[in-house]
Amino acid sequence: MSELVEIEGLTKAYDAAHVAVNNITLALPKGKIIGLLGPNGSGKTTLIKMINGLLTPTQGRIKINGIPVGLETKAHVAYLPDRTYLTGNQKISEILDYFADFYQDFSREKAEEMLNNLGIEPSTRLKTLSKGNKEKVQLILVMSRSADLYVLDEPIAGVDPAARDYILRTIINNYNPEATVIISTHLIGDIEQVLDEVVFMRYGHLVLYTSVDNIREQHGKSVDAYFREVFAC
Amino acid sequence: MAWELEADRPIYAQLVERIQMQIVSGYYPAGGKLPSVRELAAIAAVNPNTMQKAFAELERNGLIVTQRTNGRNVTEDTELIETVRRNLAGELLQTFFSKMKELGYTREQIRELTDKGLAQADENEPAG
Repeated sequence: MSELVEIEGLTKAYDAAHVAVNNITLALPKGKIIGLLGPNGSGKTTLIKMINGLLTPTQGRIKINGIPVGLETKAHVAYLPDRTYLTGNQKISEILDYFADFYQDFSREKAEEMLNNLGIEPSTRLKTLSKGNKEKVQLILVMSRSADLYVLDEPIAGVDPAARDYILRTIINNYNPEATVIISTHLIGDIEQVLDEVVFMRYGHLVLYTSVDNIREQHGKSVDAYFREVFAC
Repeated sequence: MAWELEADRPIYAQLVERIQMQIVSGYYPAGGKLPSVRELAAIAAVNPNTMQKAFAELERNGLIVTQRTNGRNVTEDTELIETVRRNLAGELLQTFFSKMKELGYTREQIRELTDKGLAQADENEPAG
């Protein structure tokens, strides 16, 4: 079994009326950049939280590298949440200490080099940075880990096009070819070029899992255009 | 700058065309070294696996050769590059002729118009 992430019959119901993820079965390989796409409320973040062991499934299982999600898998999964867990008063150097302490696979040199390239001083406090730079710093922290799986929840939401290009380049330059990156977004057009494969979700269901060039070959349109067609109300 | 890619065609095919053009135009000269897959993927802002696929295609048609120790180079076979260049020019001409035919022009008229067009292009281009 060479699949990196194996998801089987996965369901998360907050209550009978609110099934956020509904019976998803999916196997994701190594070495790919995969877009997790769907409108707001389609269950992307709930799925991501279960992959990271932050929510317990109502039903079903997730394995990463053949190991059920838990303490052991967390050491090999680098997660960029959609809302930050860092506090603005911390200096960046303190956050680096924290990451170095917490994650064995964190490379402080790599993070410092990337911050240096951006001209961000480690003595800066996080809250004094612009929104775009805050996003970049958090991405740098996550991509400075040498993980098997990177899970980035909406990494480009609300940043300007230059910051978006920086973020995409950072992802391309830093993921190791054995690792897989999952990027969730509803801004498909912006990241389509860097994706190998896409997972479409709607109302908690898995709608489609295929490659970007497959969609372009079969439908003669971009994933973005195809997505709009599939999800047109 | 990220490469501008069209929305309606596979990305890897567009990468192949783009690199092919860069080789034919001499941006990457015969025998010259090419950036690594990852470097070029970062420049183009595309997925490294897709760039890898494009490189593999260019290796198959001989424009790119892989040195065991030294990364990838453009072929030294200038004849092959010239052939690819002629083929690309041929395709452009075919498209041009069929469009002109659609517009209802005869052979003579097409010839006349291209001569005029060329003269005009010369005028617009600054000397030297």
